[in-house]
Formats: sequence, structure tokens, C-alpha cells
Amino acid sequence: MIPFRHHSLLAGLPLLGLVLALGTPSALAETEEVNLYSARKEALIKPLLERFTEETGIEVNLVTGKADALLQRLKNEGRNSPADVLLTVDAGNLHRAKAAGLTRAFESETVAEAVPETYRDPEGHWTGLSLRARPILYVKGEVDPSELSTYEALADPKWKGRICIRSSSNVYNQSLVASLIAADGTETTEEWAEGIVANMARPPKGGDRDQIKAAAAGQCDIAIANTYYLAGMLKSDDPGEKEPAEKVAIFWPNQPGSGDGRGTHVNVSGAAVTAASENPDAAVELIEFLVSPESQAWYAEVNGEYPVREGVEISPVLAEWGEFKADDLDLVKLGELNAAAVKLMDRAGWK
Amino acid sequence: MAVSAPAVARHDPVDRRRFGQHLWPTLVITIALLLALPVAVVVGFVFVPAGEVWQHLVETVLPDYVSNSLLLMLGVALGTLIGGVGTAWLTSMCRFPGRALFEWALLLPMAMPAYIIAYTYTGMLDFAGPVQTLIRDLTGWGWGDYWFPQIRSLPGAALMLSLVLYPYVYLLARAAFLSQSLCVLDVSRTLGNGPWRTFFTVALPLARPAIVAGLSLALMETLADYGTVQYFGVPTFTTGIFRTWFGLGNPAAAAQLSALLLAFVFALILLERWSRGQARYHSTSQRQQSIRRLHLRGGQAAAAFGFCALPLTLGFLLPAGQLAAWSLTVADQRLDAEFATLALNSLALAAGAAVLALALALLLGYGHRLRPTKPVQAAVRVAGLGYAVPGTVIAVGVMIPFAWLDNSVDAWMRATFGISTGLLLSGTLVAVIFAYLVRFLAVSLQTVESGLGKIRPSMDEAGRAMGLRPRQVLGRIHMPMLQGSLLTALLLVFVDVLKELPATLILRPFNFNTLAVRAYELASDERLADSAPAALTIVAAGLIPVIILSRSITRSRASL
Repeated sequence: MIPFRHHSLLAGLPLLGLVLALGTPSALAETEEVNLYSARKEALIKPLLERFTEETGIEVNLVTGKADALLQRLKNEGRNSPADVLLTVDAGNLHRAKAAGLTRAFESETVAEAVPETYRDPEGHWTGLSLRARPILYVKGEVDPSELSTYEALADPKWKGRICIRSSSNVYNQSLVASLIAADGTETTEEWAEGIVANMARPPKGGDRDQIKAAAAGQCDIAIANTYYLAGMLKSDDPGEKEPAEKVAIFWPNQPGSGDGRGTHVNVSGAAVTAASENPDAAVELIEFLVSPESQAWYAEVNGEYPVREGVEISPVLAEWGEFKADDLDLVKLGELNAAAVKLMDRAGWK
Repeated sequence: MAVSAPAVARHDPVDRRRFGQHLWPTLVITIALLLALPVAVVVGFVFVPAGEVWQHLVETVLPDYVSNSLLLMLGVALGTLIGGVGTAWLTSMCRFPGRALFEWALLLPMAMPAYIIAYTYTGMLDFAGPVQTLIRDLTGWGWGDYWFPQIRSLPGAALMLSLVLYPYVYLLARAAFLSQSLCVLDVSRTLGNGPWRTFFTVALPLARPAIVAGLSLALMETLADYGTVQYFGVPTFTTGIFRTWFGLGNPAAAAQLSALLLAFVFALILLERWSRGQARYHSTSQRQQSIRRLHLRGGQAAAAFGFCALPLTLGFLLPAGQLAAWSLTVADQRLDAEFATLALNSLALAAGAAVLALALALLLGYGHRLRPTKPVQAAVRVAGLGYAVPGTVIAVGVMIPFAWLDNSVDAWMRATFGISTGLLLSGTLVAVIFAYLVRFLAVSLQTVESGLGKIRPSMDEAGRAMGLRPRQVLGRIHMPMLQGSLLTALLLVFVDVLKELPATLILRPFNFNTLAVRAYELASDERLADSAPAALTIVAAGLIPVIILSRSITRSRASL
């Protein structure tokens, strides 16, 4: 006997998604708008954008994602892309976007005055917004800073089993190795990478914070990490973050007097105006806002990154770490040498 | 007697029938091709020369990708089979304290995204985490003085994935056990087989198609996982694809790696087909009186309790507890009004995609059943391929044809009428939902097909012989028998979409966020505590449907 049963549950589930899907997001708005594709995560950019809207009345629409994926989207959307500004957290992707013809040159005296030439595209396609340094961190008491000098010296067997560094899949490591290739050549750098692999305290895993925590817990004496992770940990209310961070100190490698003295490896986060932009003036206005002294101070204060603009007051945490010479390598090189860096690390067995 | 069919079947006019004959295959093949388009776009890159990268890959990292992916699949297969089948058997066939609770609670880990559980366990168990720190504080040991399992390792990754994926096997295995004719089991018992023997020699082989279907879902999910293996530093196919695409800047080689990954999926699908073909079991009896569950006592009951409690605790209670603890520390700053919007976005997308996926799965499933010609069979297989492909790859596969279509329409409109239509589909939720369908159709399809497989064709024939029209066969025979499978299909896709991240991230419209996006952005920034409220909300949002549907599945068994 098969009683007929009605499927109230199945029929009752709303087709909300469909309804939603039909709504188009980019309605023709009366207020001025600028559309932003951002590789910087929402929490780390939204407050600035809100302030921009308050000051100028220009609304900012935001999509965040991985830079490579955003580039792919931009490329496919072509001239109809709604995006006006592309924001990335490394120079390599800005270079890639430019090479693919996705960006346009823009002129802005404000930007030219605010940002040193090293951190801008020579043809005016993009500008850096903040600096991200990747120095050596050491455990206080375990390592005497006088033992440290350069990135290159970390391949010395005396560091065997004492270094924590994350995977070679990570773009910060790829950029670091690209900068080494630029300075020392491929062969020397490959030997260096083999040395680093031999000196690793454990197979690479986790993010930058994990390396700092492992060092603080005694698993290794040296960690390589971007400074803003350390700053974030120091500011945290969570003792699980704060305490490990307090056990390590920063050493700025490759300073004048050690090695070639080219300076510590830095990368930039930056912005470009898209080739497809229908509102380039507002796009430039947004970029100018992002290099204004207030925005620059905000990067330093909230994100723990270094401002690209000189003379901006930096947060006490950053000030305490002192000044350092940054590698003045042409940032475009980082993009160009990225693939070579990945292959080199593959060959060296850097997981 | 609820059935009151007309005594004489009405004969359809010949041309209408012919129309029907062509309609099904055409519809099925069209839908399947549409859904296969993104995968085809990616596979199309196989013909783009990738340069010397391949030699480099083969010499350096490819062997690792292959062996790690295989080992990971093996680990997850073991974990989900033992956990999923064992708990399904215990909760459906035995009586022990807590059984009724476990019945639905065992599904809870499904709501936990794999990368979140990975982050959570790392936070708890890593060298610098509270557990090991406590051990060191108590004993005074330092690094290297004691042995502690490495959570961030290949076995660790297999464990994490097993903990959140075993519910797939549990769900399908349980539905199969519940729908098994008790006569068969009774016969086995009266023939002198003990409960264990009955389980291994009768129930398990009977449930095999369902178990293998659940297992192949879990394994495809394993192959597509990126977050967990990436965080654990285990190089697999997915991490390799990203590395080749982004790091080496070689999309063609990355797509070719994806195509290689698809070869794994084909193998899985063939295995599943083969297993189903080997054992085409259908229920032989409609007499499924309520199950007389084996009453477990004492040590046995405690063991059964422990066996069910373990995956629930490790897969849900412990990580959810940790997330809750983290959430408390940041609740004031993270739980704002925006949170409601995030939750609503996530739920609406998940519900919409689940209903659509079910509708399509039914269409394809029936097309396959009614007209099992070779092209239809192939089309149905191809439509489910997207499940094992990493979300980002699917997203790119969706993006390329959508943008092409938009730009072509725009160019034509500009040339013909001087109007620019801009992007019509790209950057809308249509693209997002389409990507979900491509990615998750396999889930509903597998479930619907495994349900359809239990309905003997002879039942259709009997129904037709009794004068039921096809639609009545559907409504009066199939639907009641399928209800459990349909609900399962809805639930699985719903939860999958709720957790989905990469495709949402890249295809979504401006200013549109979901819980998964929020949780990921913070977690990947290594702000675990800040991401906890969003992660916990995904889990909580997944709970309600999990509970409702799990109860309905139980009831659908009872109502037969």
C-alpha cells in the first residue's frame, strides 16, 4: 500500500537564490562611484574606503579576492569590465596586470610628490601604497644579533636545524628568492636555497605567524616573516599571540656594511587604474587619497606596514624597530623573476 | 487504499510520444553540456603548449603531487568508511543509550568547513599551541625532548578531511541500511548468522552502492580541497595547480594539471559505476516493518556509544567549542549588524543552489533511467565532473565563457544599435549560482541516482500495468520511495554551498559577502580568533537544515 504523500518540504523551500540572481548589482547610480578590485582583504581596506566616501561623496564598490584571480577576471571582462581600480599586495601582480594591458598610465602630481620613484611604475601605470618588509626574526637570548648579517649567511651550516620559514608556495618567499636571484644570480641562489632547506628546523608549514610562534616555543631560533604579522601579534589581546611575539626581535639583514649592503627585502602593496575604467578621474582621486598622509598613517597604525610616503609618523611599535635600508631593487624585477624563483625552490627541494 | 487509478490507461498520440522520446535525451544532453562547459574550457587548455614547464614539474614536484594525493585519498577512504559505515550501522540497527541523539548529531561535522577545522586543530595541537605548551610547562621538556603527533602532516590532513567528510558516507549508508528489507536481514538471522556476520555478509554488500556513492563524494571533495593541504604544507594536485598557475605564471600548465586531476576523478567514477554494476540490488520486498533494533547492553552499549561519540566530538564538539571560545574574546567587535546580511546571503544562495541542483539532478537522473542510451549516459557522467575540480579552476572556467558571451552581445549591440549592454552575466549572482551547480551537481546527482537505483524497474512496469500513467508512477511510487534521497541531496548541496569559498570569492558581485568569505579572509590573514564568529555562524546556519532534514529522512523511512 503506497499512500500518496505531498512534498510540502521540497515545494516549500524558497527559490530565494533565483530571485536574488536576477537582481543586477551595478545599477545606474546617480551618485558618483568607483569600482575596486582588491587583493587586500576587506577588513584591511574598508575603513579607509569609508573615510574616502565621507570626504568626497564618491561611493566605493568593492570585490576582494586573490590578485591572480582578480587579474583573470579583469582580463576576461575586457573593455566592459566595471573595475576602475586594481589593488594588489605585491608588485609582481601589478607588473603582470600592466604587461597584460589591463592598466593605463595616469598622471597625478599628488602621487608623484608623495611616493618616491622607486615605488612607482616608470611609465605611471601603478603606484605603491605601503611597504612590506621581510626581515630576519631571532629569539632573544638564543641568538646574538652579532651572529646575523645577511639573508645569504643563513645558508651557513651553523644554522642547521634552527630556521623556520614557510612554504615556497607563498608569494612572499617567492619574492624574497627573486630578489636574491637579482642580487646573486641563479646558481648562487640555488645553492643558498639548498642550504636553507638543510637548515630548516621542520618541513615548511603554516603562515608567517606560525613561524614566529614556533621560534618563540623553542622549535627554532630564526624565523623569517613579514613585519606586519609581528606587529599584529604584539597588538593582540590574546596572550597566545602576544607572548610569542615578545620573545623575538627583528634583525634587518643586508644593511650597509654587511654583504653587498643592498638592504632588506621589501615588497609593496599598490594600486593601478584599469584600462577599462569609465571613471578614471574618480579612480585617480581614490589613489591620491590612499597616499595622503592620513591614509598612510592608518596603514602604519592599523596594518603595521611601512608607509611609502616619507615623513609620515609611524606607530610606536614600528618606530621601536628602528630605521632600516630597504633593498632598492626595481620592483618590476620581482614579478619578472617570480617563475624562476619557484622553479629554483622546486629544484632545491623547498616544499 | 490510497491508490485509485483509472482502470484503462490512456494512450498518448504517437507524435506526442515521439516528441517525448527526443525531448528527454535532448534536454539531458543540453543541460549536461552546459554544465560541462567550464570543465571543458579548462581541459581545452590541454592543447595550448605549456613550454618546458612540464619537464620541470615531472623532474621535481609531480611525483610528490601524485603520491600525496593518492595517500590522502587512501587515508580519507579509510577514515570515512570506518567512521561513516560503522556509525550508520550502529544508529540504524542497534539500540544503545544516546542512539536517537547520535542519529542526527553525527551529521553535524558536515557543517564544518575543512580549512576551518584544520586551522582550529592547529591552534590547539601545534607545538606552540596550548596542549603542547601545557605538557612542556608540566614536565619541563623542551623541543625534541618528547614525541607528539604532528597535526600538520599528511596523516593530519587525512584526519581533518575524514572528520568533516565521513557524514557523506554515514548519510548514504544509513539511508541504505534503513531501506533494506528487513526480511533479508531476518532470513540471515534465522539462518543462524550472528549480527556481525549478517552485517558483513548481507547488509554491507546490499548497501555497497550507497556506500561507494558516499565514498566517492568524500574522495572527490578530498581531491578538490585546497585550504587544508595548503595550510598543512602537503603538496598535492590542487596546491600544485595554484603554484603552477600563480607562482610559475603558467595557466596552460595549470590547466593541464587540472586535466590530469580529472583523470583521477574518472577513475573514481568508473570505480563507482563498476561497483554499482557488480551489484544491482533492489529491494525485493515492500514489507519494511519498523526495525527491531539489536539491544546492546553493558560493555557493548558503552563501546557503541564511544564509537559514535568519537567522530562527533572530534569533528564537531571540540572544534566548535574552540571556535566559540575564540568568538567570545572578539564578540563585541565582530558581531555587528552586517553579520545578519552575511548570514542571509549565505543561506539564500545555499537554498537556491540546492533546489536548482536537485531539479537538475532529477531531470538528468530520470533522463538516464528512461532513455539509457550511450550519449545520455556519457552526458550524465560528464555533468558531474566539476565536483573534484578546485573551486578556483571552476570559477575561471565559468568566467571565460560568460565574459565571452557578454562581450560578444555587447559588441553586436554596439555595432548594430550603437548601445553598449556591458556585462550582463559576469559579476552577477547568476554566474555564482551557475558555478555552484557545476561544482556540486555531482552531489545531488549521485544521491538521486543511488535512490533511483533502489526502485526496481519492475515496479514501474507493475504500476503501468495497473493503469498508472507515467506521471502517476512518479507521484505514487517513485516520490515516496525517493523522498529520503531527495532530502539528502538537498541537504548535501545546501551545506556544500554554505561552505563554498573560492568560486564565490572570485565571481561575486560588488559589495557582496558571505559567511565563508568573511571567515576565510580573516583566517587566511592568520587572525583565527577574529574569523571564529563567521566560522561558527556557518556551522550554526548549517545546523538547522541538518537537523530538520535528518529528522525528515528518518520519518520518510517510518512512513513507508
